[in-house]
Amino acid sequence: MAPSSRERTSVVYIALIFALVLSAVPLPEFLAAHRPDWVALVLLYMAIYTPGHWLMTSALIAGLVMDALFGAPLGQYALALIVACYLPHKLHLRLMLVPIWQATLTALLFLAVYQFVLFWVNGATNNDIGAAFHLWPIVSAIIVWPLTLVILDTARLGRRKKS
Amino acid sequence: MPAGSNGVHRLSHGRALGLRTFLLSLACITLMMLDLRTDVGKPIRSVLMQITYPLQAVAALPATLANWSGDSTRSRAELALENARLKRERLLADARLQQLNVIIAENERLRAMLDARPRLGTDVQVAQILGVDADRFRNRVVVNKGASDGVVAQQAIIDANGIVGQIVSVGPYTANAMLISDPGHAIQVEVVRNGLRTVAFGAGDKDQLEIRFLPNNTDIVVGDLLVTSSLGGEFPPGYPVAEVTAVEIRPRQEFAKVTATPVAALSRMREVLLLAPLTPPAPDESNDGTE
Repeated sequence: MAPSSRERTSVVYIALIFALVLSAVPLPEFLAAHRPDWVALVLLYMAIYTPGHWLMTSALIAGLVMDALFGAPLGQYALALIVACYLPHKLHLRLMLVPIWQATLTALLFLAVYQFVLFWVNGATNNDIGAAFHLWPIVSAIIVWPLTLVILDTARLGRRKKS
Repeated sequence: MPAGSNGVHRLSHGRALGLRTFLLSLACITLMMLDLRTDVGKPIRSVLMQITYPLQAVAALPATLANWSGDSTRSRAELALENARLKRERLLADARLQQLNVIIAENERLRAMLDARPRLGTDVQVAQILGVDADRFRNRVVVNKGASDGVVAQQAIIDANGIVGQIVSVGPYTANAMLISDPGHAIQVEVVRNGLRTVAFGAGDKDQLEIRFLPNNTDIVVGDLLVTSSLGGEFPPGYPVAEVTAVEIRPRQEFAKVTATPVAALSRMREVLLLAPLTPPAPDESNDGTE
């Protein structure tokens, strides 16, 4: 499927930087736990809708940036992003055509894998925060993912494709 | 599936994708182990922090704007009241300071009489919290002073009430700090009342530290104040750390369950003080007349 001349793929990179900033913005305690995983969601979008455009490299770089921002062991977020992006990328042809509610389910599964890797590394490095902290962002994604999908699709293609 | 003619990399299909993912994952795990066990990660992290400084600055904007607009729109009456209150507090603090100077001088004289080493002075540096670190898994903050301001790793941080944490990694203009509530943090403390020495561990909760490994018959009660102990470590002795809030004797377990609340306002900090790094005391200069 060749990118049409009206497709602006560079939008996703701008969105990725925006997502990184959103991840770093300080939020009050009661909101912070529910913050959606913006960077992961943008990379999921990239995996399904703009495959082949340096997905894994972007995941690696975005992950390392997050590790530096958050003081995490270098590679923790990168690993989580890379592992989580594998399946969506592999199945992107099928996932591309799916209606929004099913796409949201995919997003939830993707985020579950992402959070699981983070949880695993946290456990391995004796940084045990409660498991609840890993689950709230997945819940937030139920609302956030469809919005993200629509915004990024509109920005990239000019209008949401009927599917 | 036409290969190569549609802008989609051939490497992103089939087995090559799996291989690439696997190799990159392996690289990430290796990097993590290196970062945790050796010092190889530090220069990489420093470079990354340099690159992400604009990101951090932008991310800190909303909070800074909110604070600025909050400060700029206060009524004259409010400001006048606060001014009067600060003047009163300053007066009281100055009075205690006079006492302190006298005590310091006496302390020096006594130490000189006993031939003991002089106590180290403490320089402080004011810094602002650039943002509460957004990683919900770690209790970290970013301060707006970095290597260019002479900040080094393991410097202690206090606020107006007590110990906040210590610097963990230093960038050129900012530094990451770990709070005492971080699960990876442990601070040596002393009970003011009876001099009992123990360790306070962070547990991820900004309102609760855990005092572990205290036998059931330890002399510690609710309300005891814990200060940094003089047993060494990165913190100068005598600074308030936490107040004991619960002591639970557990007869069938080895240790009691003791929790304490940090005295520093960990969730509401804006300005903090960085204490000068502790240098090891100079070796005793004996009075052999060679000076």
